[in-house]
Amino acid sequence: MAQTPVRFTLNGRETGLFVEEAANLLDVLRRGAGDISPKYGCGQGTCGACTVLIDGAPHLGCLTLAATVEGREVRTTGGMADGPGLTALQTAFMEGFAAQCGFCTPGMLMAAKALLDRNPQPTRDEVIEAISGNLCRCTGYEPIVDAILAASGQRGAA
Amino acid sequence: MSSIEFRKDLFADERDDNLNEIGKPKLRQDIEGHVRGRTAYYDDHLFDGLLHMRCVRSPHHHARVRSIDSAGAERMAGVRRVVRASDVPHNINTLLSLIGFGRDDEQLIADRKVAYKGEPVLAIIAETEAQARAACAAVRVDWEVLPHVLDVEEALTPGAPVVNEEYPNNCFDYAPYDHVKLRFGDVEAGFAQADRIVEATYEMSPIEQAPIETCGAIAAPETSGRYVCHTGTQALFFSLGTTAKLLDMPSSKLHFIGGTVGGGFGGKVDSLTEPMAVLGAVLTGKPVKFQWDREEEMQVGAPRGAERWIIKDGVMADGRIVARQFTGFFDAGAYTRLSSYAGTKGTGHLPGPYSIPNVASNVFCVYTNRTPATAMRGFGITGVDFAIECHMDRVAEAVGADPIHLRILNAYRDGDMKAHRRRAKNCALVECCQVAAGKAGWRVSPEDMAASSKTGTTADRQAIPETALDEDGRIGDRKAGRMPSARPAKGTKRLPAGTHGRDHKAVPVQRPDMQQLAERVGHRVAPERDAAPAASPTVPARAPDTPTPATAPSRPTAAPPATSSPPAEARPAAAPPQPMPQLQPAQPKPYEPDTPFRQGVRRPGVSRFLSGSRRR
Amino acid sequence: MAIHPGRGFACINYPIGMNLGGDPAQALVHATPDGKFMVTLSAIDLGQGMKSVTRQIAAEALGVPLEDVHVDTADSDTGPHDMGSFASRGTHRVGNAVIRAASEARAQMMDAASEELEVSATDLDTDGQGNIHVKGAPSRTITVAETAIAAQFKQGKTLSGRGIFLIEPSGVDPDTGEMSPVTTYAHAALVIDLTVDDETGEVEVTEINSAYEVGRALNPKLVEQQLIGGAWMGVSHALYETTEPYYPDRAHGPEDFNSYLMPGPGEIVPHNIAVLERPAEDAPYGGKGPGEMCANPVLPAIANAVYNAVGVRVDKLPITPEKILRGIEANGGAKPQGRPGA
Repeated sequence: MAQTPVRFTLNGRETGLFVEEAANLLDVLRRGAGDISPKYGCGQGTCGACTVLIDGAPHLGCLTLAATVEGREVRTTGGMADGPGLTALQTAFMEGFAAQCGFCTPGMLMAAKALLDRNPQPTRDEVIEAISGNLCRCTGYEPIVDAILAASGQRGAA
Repeated sequence: MSSIEFRKDLFADERDDNLNEIGKPKLRQDIEGHVRGRTAYYDDHLFDGLLHMRCVRSPHHHARVRSIDSAGAERMAGVRRVVRASDVPHNINTLLSLIGFGRDDEQLIADRKVAYKGEPVLAIIAETEAQARAACAAVRVDWEVLPHVLDVEEALTPGAPVVNEEYPNNCFDYAPYDHVKLRFGDVEAGFAQADRIVEATYEMSPIEQAPIETCGAIAAPETSGRYVCHTGTQALFFSLGTTAKLLDMPSSKLHFIGGTVGGGFGGKVDSLTEPMAVLGAVLTGKPVKFQWDREEEMQVGAPRGAERWIIKDGVMADGRIVARQFTGFFDAGAYTRLSSYAGTKGTGHLPGPYSIPNVASNVFCVYTNRTPATAMRGFGITGVDFAIECHMDRVAEAVGADPIHLRILNAYRDGDMKAHRRRAKNCALVECCQVAAGKAGWRVSPEDMAASSKTGTTADRQAIPETALDEDGRIGDRKAGRMPSARPAKGTKRLPAGTHGRDHKAVPVQRPDMQQLAERVGHRVAPERDAAPAASPTVPARAPDTPTPATAPSRPTAAPPATSSPPAEARPAAAPPQPMPQLQPAQPKPYEPDTPFRQGVRRPGVSRFLSGSRRR
Repeated sequence: MAIHPGRGFACINYPIGMNLGGDPAQALVHATPDGKFMVTLSAIDLGQGMKSVTRQIAAEALGVPLEDVHVDTADSDTGPHDMGSFASRGTHRVGNAVIRAASEARAQMMDAASEELEVSATDLDTDGQGNIHVKGAPSRTITVAETAIAAQFKQGKTLSGRGIFLIEPSGVDPDTGEMSPVTTYAHAALVIDLTVDDETGEVEVTEINSAYEVGRALNPKLVEQQLIGGAWMGVSHALYETTEPYYPDRAHGPEDFNSYLMPGPGEIVPHNIAVLERPAEDAPYGGKGPGEMCANPVLPAIANAVYNAVGVRVDKLPITPEKILRGIEANGGAKPQGRPGA
């Protein structure tokens, strides 16, 4: 099958891979680049578990052709913490018990990061809207919304 | 915003609240891995040269396979192996055969007949998932479509198509009957005594577990002829044992790794993906992944099965329920999986958390031409609780009672006799009703607020009543047209009051060092007593059967509770334990069964992975 | 046309474990050279917190700090047999097996310490902070780490334990249904407040007030996770979810999350929970396992509240707008029943 080269930065590191023409970014990140943090939950763009940031905006890895990230900056939860410590968002998820099985967590964190990067003080409704494309079957969402608000310094915000 | 409070004031005398780690809001052990994206689920174990397996599935509810033409598919790009039913060494199983329950009735890959839409008849292993998909689409199957049945009650009628040849009556065999019976007292006498009769039918449609991680497994050759299998199973040794049995392989050749799963909710017990992946690895010598996509998860993967319940209550004008009759249908779909156990578990749950002196139920596990059902959060209970609690409101309305008053009035209390002939203990329904009502501002009478689960039992409520028995519904009678009704029949004989067997408890520790010291137990443990009382004159020696375990157990007659010796009176630094109600004047001789319980087929001397019978 | 408030109640109990055919669980505990403890299981953590709760149980039973215990789940080469994570059996069955394994390891640890301190093991106690001391003489002490080092490098002893917990197998009497299905029950009761739009048939759950009795909240935050998430699932089951919307007809089954409906983060229902703790005699520290039962009372309470709001009894799940509207039509209009318990 025809392979094409793709070069992009993954969590700040220059990355180059040969990918099949029809390959999606989720498969390429996981099996090509070895970054297991984006997850396969549906392959239909409906669950959000594969959410990654491309040039800072959230995208669904399973619906993104890998070839289209040529020259762009891709970020994942796997590269979220720079160094041994965790980011405020990760800490808020951890201390807020905002994960159970943890399978949706990397996608949730990316959706939340995209929001907080462009809107550091979101309202509760803005948080809800930002994660509305990410499904969670365990938590009932409330701890996740609370954790994102807590990370923005608005613990208990309405 | 939600809120949570811990009502430490309630039952405070039964707990030591000053433990070192227990009761503390400690962070989850796995949470840092979750937020770093480092937690490794089965699909996160990367293998070079991984092959992908997909199935050709039935588009029909019920059909015979005349022939399968895979010649075109085999020549397609990337295809490594076509896997046929004949490639499965021991192609017949039932999930609960590992504990000797039920007969083998389901093939891993169907060879001649399919009984539900989505049943696999062929699998293809290819270099990419897309290639495997394309090859599956190119397979041509010549189907002979058969008549099908989808409704549980219709499936029990004499003319209904046979769904599952192992159970030609379209229902699981609870020998000697085709259903699980519960008989306690005499419901007909109760109905005759009642001021009102309230009857209704309830139903729950199938529900998908919908974990965000779909079912799957990756298997690869390891070393010493072994195969490693990374799996999202909810039951590691169920999946390992099932694989060993289907592939006729010693379990020592299998190395299963899992335990970190992206949600399950009951949908990952069935052990279908592991044998497929290991079979793929055996046939190709390469790492093979068998993973369901979301559509398979939704429509092929087993859901929480549908249930239908008919409840008939006899109630007095003051709200006391004096008789309750159930007719229940668990829709198993085409194969047994775990549904046989739902019938048993559901029956043990009846009549709900209430003390009702006359209870009867017939519960069926019915085969229909739909996706086999399996476990889900609340398995065997969710549907019947929906029915019971909707029915309680109907009863409350019929007698003009407040719904919460009706519950507290009928709630089971410590010491009451339950319909499955074991004594209620450790009850807390009344307190839950009171607290929930208080939080919601639902006004409850002072009498109901003063009620307690610890009090309120009476000699009548502790007694096992004389019971009306019948022998209706022997296996095969229904299909032969000799059983017009599924409902519990009128009794034809009487079982004396007080008849019961013995309770079953934890097996004691193997060695004394494994016994937790009494002062470290952390809660009150009552002195040893039998959970089945001697209220009325006890008639011993009716035999509740005992199952055939995988290995013959010794039968301790009065096993001490797991963590109980000596009783916690010795426990320091806690409120003095309340005296437990003394209910039985003298213990009767402990019951000992004289015939071993047999359900399903086990052949002595045969591997435990080869129990059950082959489909003919 | 109007939006009608409705209020409904339900209460339940839930059986913990599955006695049919016995229901064994095993655990192994061993110390590292410097006195940290590894717990090896084949139980499964699927988000319910198996690793976390057994870690807390092991730490409590050993008498060491939580940080000094690590739980590994599910490698069939190292983890001893367990039936699996279902039937609310994890906390009860595996927890008990862990207590037994930890108790044996603790007994060995106390023996090793007694040899070092030259006092009888029965005169020793742990402080839960990593130290072992003589009862009544807190200055005569040895650390768990020193004990483990002495045991392994000087005394030639292991600090390890094996645990199995089995409720003996029980069957069912075919004529009476007599059985010992489980050894303990969890409980719950809750009140649902909702509104029903009699024009669209839409239901909006506005508040849940609940009481859950869980034996003991071994970790209150894990219990909260289960109760909040479980009640969410109950709402979802009651109003939205099915793979066969016209059961028993197989048509119109959803194949993706666009057609398989669940409430999203915009439909979070405020849920006020009270947790009651009546320890079960044979459960680990009395804990019963709240994971499964938490969804169950929500379904009937919603059905009862819908009836209270508009006078329609929807006896078939899920309670869809279509069923409500057909009921309202059959009744000749919405029939509000009046607020109960007022």
